[in-house]
Amino acid sequence: MSDYDPVEVTPLHADEVSRMEADAIAAIKAADSLDALKQARLAHAGDRSPIALANREIGALPPAARAEAGKRVGGARRTINEALAARQAELEAERDARVLVEETVDVTLPWDRRPRGARHPLTTLQERIADAFVAMGYEVAEGPELEGEWFNFDALNIAQDHPARSDHDTFFVGSTGSGMVLRTQTSPVQIRALLQRELPVYVISPGKTFRTDELDATHTPVFHQTEGLAVDEGLTMAHLKGTLDRFAEVMFGKGITTRFRPNYFPFTEPSAEMDLKCFVCRGASAVPGNPPCRTCKSEGWIEWGGCGMVNPRVLIACGVDPSRYSGFAFGMGIERTLMFRHNAEDMRDMVEGDVRFTLPFGMEI
Amino acid sequence: MKVPLSWLREYVDLPAVTAHEVADKLTAAGLKLEAITSHGHDVKNVVVGEVLEIEELTGFKKPIRHCRVEVGEAMPREIVCGATNFAAGDRVPVVLPGGVLPGGFEVGARKTYGRMSEGMICSERELGLSDEHGGIMVLPAGTPVGADVVELLGLRDDVIELEITPDIGYALSIRGVAREAATAFGVAFRDPADVEVPATDEPSWPASIGDPTACDRFVLREVTGFDPAATSPLWMRTRLSRAGMRPVSLAVDVTNYLMLELGQPLHAFDRARLQGEIVVRRALPGERLETLDHVVRELDPDDILITDESGPISMAGTMGGLETEISDGSTDIVIEAAHFSATGISRESRRHGLVSEASKRFERGVDRELPLVASWKAVRMLAELGGAQAGAGVTHAEVEVTPARIAIPASYPGRVAGVPYSKDTVIARLRQVGCTVTDGDDPAVRKGGVAPTGVVTGGALAAKLAVTGDDMITVTPPSWRPDLTDPNDLAEEVIRLEGYETLPSVLPSAPAGAGLTEGQRLRRRTGRALAEGGYVEVLSYPFISPDDFDRLLLPAEDARRAAVRLANPLSEDEPLMRTTLLPGLLKTLVRNVGRGFADVALFETGPVYRPRPNAPETAPVLGVERRPSPEELASIEAALPDQPVRVAVVLAGEFERSGWWGEGRQASWADAVQAARLVAEEARLELSISADQHEPWHPGRCAALYVGDTLVGHAGELHPRVIEAYGLPPRTAAMELELTRLEQAMPGPVQTPAVSAYPVATQDVALIVPDFTPVADVEAALRDGAGELLESIRLFDVYAGEQVGEGNKSLAYTMRFRAPDRTLTVEETTAARDAAVALAADRVGAQLRSS
Repeated sequence: MSDYDPVEVTPLHADEVSRMEADAIAAIKAADSLDALKQARLAHAGDRSPIALANREIGALPPAARAEAGKRVGGARRTINEALAARQAELEAERDARVLVEETVDVTLPWDRRPRGARHPLTTLQERIADAFVAMGYEVAEGPELEGEWFNFDALNIAQDHPARSDHDTFFVGSTGSGMVLRTQTSPVQIRALLQRELPVYVISPGKTFRTDELDATHTPVFHQTEGLAVDEGLTMAHLKGTLDRFAEVMFGKGITTRFRPNYFPFTEPSAEMDLKCFVCRGASAVPGNPPCRTCKSEGWIEWGGCGMVNPRVLIACGVDPSRYSGFAFGMGIERTLMFRHNAEDMRDMVEGDVRFTLPFGMEI
Repeated sequence: MKVPLSWLREYVDLPAVTAHEVADKLTAAGLKLEAITSHGHDVKNVVVGEVLEIEELTGFKKPIRHCRVEVGEAMPREIVCGATNFAAGDRVPVVLPGGVLPGGFEVGARKTYGRMSEGMICSERELGLSDEHGGIMVLPAGTPVGADVVELLGLRDDVIELEITPDIGYALSIRGVAREAATAFGVAFRDPADVEVPATDEPSWPASIGDPTACDRFVLREVTGFDPAATSPLWMRTRLSRAGMRPVSLAVDVTNYLMLELGQPLHAFDRARLQGEIVVRRALPGERLETLDHVVRELDPDDILITDESGPISMAGTMGGLETEISDGSTDIVIEAAHFSATGISRESRRHGLVSEASKRFERGVDRELPLVASWKAVRMLAELGGAQAGAGVTHAEVEVTPARIAIPASYPGRVAGVPYSKDTVIARLRQVGCTVTDGDDPAVRKGGVAPTGVVTGGALAAKLAVTGDDMITVTPPSWRPDLTDPNDLAEEVIRLEGYETLPSVLPSAPAGAGLTEGQRLRRRTGRALAEGGYVEVLSYPFISPDDFDRLLLPAEDARRAAVRLANPLSEDEPLMRTTLLPGLLKTLVRNVGRGFADVALFETGPVYRPRPNAPETAPVLGVERRPSPEELASIEAALPDQPVRVAVVLAGEFERSGWWGEGRQASWADAVQAARLVAEEARLELSISADQHEPWHPGRCAALYVGDTLVGHAGELHPRVIEAYGLPPRTAAMELELTRLEQAMPGPVQTPAVSAYPVATQDVALIVPDFTPVADVEAALRDGAGELLESIRLFDVYAGEQVGEGNKSLAYTMRFRAPDRTLTVEETTAARDAAVALAADRVGAQLRSS
């Protein structure tokens, strides 16, 4: 080792390394943009930077000196890299803050390029009613709107000369003797269901019906009803009441008060009218002296629909043995239900197709 | 039915309850309250006065009297009066200053015609008693001066108006309502028909029943020496007015009064105008009758008539004839009280468009036991009030009728109700209705027949309706309840009188259902998809006009022109049932545009009505005593038109709105076609689209929509002449397709696709084709040619211009390839693409565009 002539390696002097480090830190601090920092990185931490070059010289040192020099240079490089990373983070944060501010938009601007449409409330109400009964195990039955008179009247125990028949202001098809009418009620679907389905039968049938009324605020010649029919062994009026109470609750919410009142329909016996306690005045307007109520016309109750035990004569016309099976049936007006449930006041709105009427009802009701 | 409460109280010992409380009980019994009208509750300070002195004032346009009237006060009152039908000494009703007349009309002391008037002398109308306003009301001599007129004349009353259902004709009478009220309050009922009618063998005017199916009881009685000048007493006129009938003359008022009280329509003939025996029969061909309303009516052979030797003299139970009508001079009167066939009167009334108080009652069922009683009461009243001599005789023609009887187990009403009633309860309730109830079964009740009222009872039907069980009871309904024929009718009576409000509420457990059908689900999805896609649903009337076919430019032979016609349309302009959904939608679109909404997209789902070729013109009306045979049912179906469900859209204006973001996009044929694709996708079907020329669409912008080989509809822009004819915005587009056909073509459940994890390989191709080549054909060729490796294909550019040559267009596609089991090589994808291009070249002459 005596002939070893150590070469003095200037860059590795402590002073020199300190200077390189100071230069680098100064340049990093001076960098005021990410580009400037990139230049500073190249100049002071890149492959050709003084500190990188100094690092390469370590190998030339005598083994005894290498460790110390390595430690010195490594420390400086670490300090420089840390400063770079810190400055990088600072500058990026500054840039992000600036760019995100520049990209700010007015989020309150409208965006109705493709406005949504809507389904008619009478359609969605029919579906909702169907769903309520499907949940109870019913199926949705259908029948033609242009119907045989036998289905619409005779099979429902409304004989040709029955006073109830003339109460139905019927549209006749072709001629009055054609035996074909626009159905005046959804009840013919009862007959079709009993003729087509296996017993027991539990069906709900919303649909379109027709009577020769002129259109006004409370009448329309084309309207909608929903029919319900259950024929099974052992069905009673108590079951009918339970079913309609449930139905009323589903449609109008818990706490709705209902009442059954004797009425007459040829196709049910016993027959009843299902009334709802007026949910506007809660019945108060019926008491003399109280303010009148528009919703129930101060009757305190609202007629919702007719119902009753299926007249055994109807069962017989469908080939069902009334000594074994009994049933109940009911029918409600969809327009009336919409009026009560959604405060619709004028039936003309329901038929005119004005988009302002329909749009608020959306997809479901 | 309008029921004055005072009249009702005459036959029921009602407790001290208000009219509302009475009405509530009646409503609960099935006689529904329609309205309550109060009379005279606001009237006060009306007293009986005696006219002491009359001074005729002169110098006015009409006669004016200044009267001094003794009213039982310290001093007589001075009252000015414009009527002249009274004399000094007459007793008259006087409203004193501070008094109130019906309607809240307050009367004070005031100066008029130059004199003080301390109140007013009143007419019947002013007192709310009747419509009589010809002069003031002169009270009988001896009426106590100063007495309260409200009490004296019964000014105060409440009239309960009830809705009477068609089954309970008996409730169209005070008698019927009183019976229900008595039951409802549990108090005594005095039957106004419960009078002793003296038996006699002496006949009255001769009469017979010529047709036993028309009438089963016919009663005549007569009076002579009736004073035609006699007027109806005030109480009678008041009750008639309040019950809704106009007082006419004593003879007519008596018949009306008894009809209201008992429910038995009566008819009065002028005896002097009758000729020979009266016969009840059906009309003969060619017979005519001039009725009371001065209309000469051509009679139908089914009409039930009252005839004498001169021919028809009255339409039974409907309207009398003019010739035999009682007049101002009639002194001898024949009263008719009969029981006619309910269906016979119903038909007659409908056939002639004549609804009368009598026909309303007969067609709902009148008590068969009333004619003898009601006619007796009528002649008694004519004698008492009109100074007539009641004839001692009575003519009574009748047809033997066996009363209906029904046997049921005593438990049956409870079985129907779902709550048990004791046998005693059942029997007690049925007896309240008026039934006779005996223990045990009587098989004879099921022997059957057709009652003259037309109700089919007994026979095969009765056997089917019969209910049996332990503890049978046999029930004979009362004569006033012809509606009680079936076991369930009796059940209703028991349940209704026990109270519907006492029924328990029990939810039955239905067997599990299958939910909605595929078709029902499809219709819901379709509606939802279109609504989400921007369309608003409408439900237009299905009535259209023949003009609509012209407006739609339908050719003469177009199947849509074959429409069902209504016999009695609401509007003569629109007598047809729609064969297409478009007219309703187009009119609704115009309405919306007219209301200021230029950008409108609408849809409708619903049936169209398409007559079947060679369908029978009538659908048979089958019997109801058994289930029809399949052939019988098929004979109805054969006559009904086909009623497939369609869906249609119409749209105009901007389909995508313009706004701050830039230009919008006008609704176009492409949106209409896309709406069809949207619907088809909901049915999991792919539409094949081809150009077509089909009215009402623009011949160059009309797409035919196919599923496989089945045409399901059309879409595109409407023909400019259609747009003009309906007044639509320019370029209005429309789509209509038959949802029923999509339903039928719907595939089964979706099969899960294999999702390949291998990378996609994309190739773009640009093809030059003649510009008339349908893009659909090019794409189909590319798909077929590319084979199974093709994952998707998308047209991203259509270019026409110099670079591709005159008469050509360039179609640029991105084709994505992927294999399920490997990464595709460039060679593989290129080969697939080349095969696609080659097939396109082969099929449509496509050339690869050199880039």
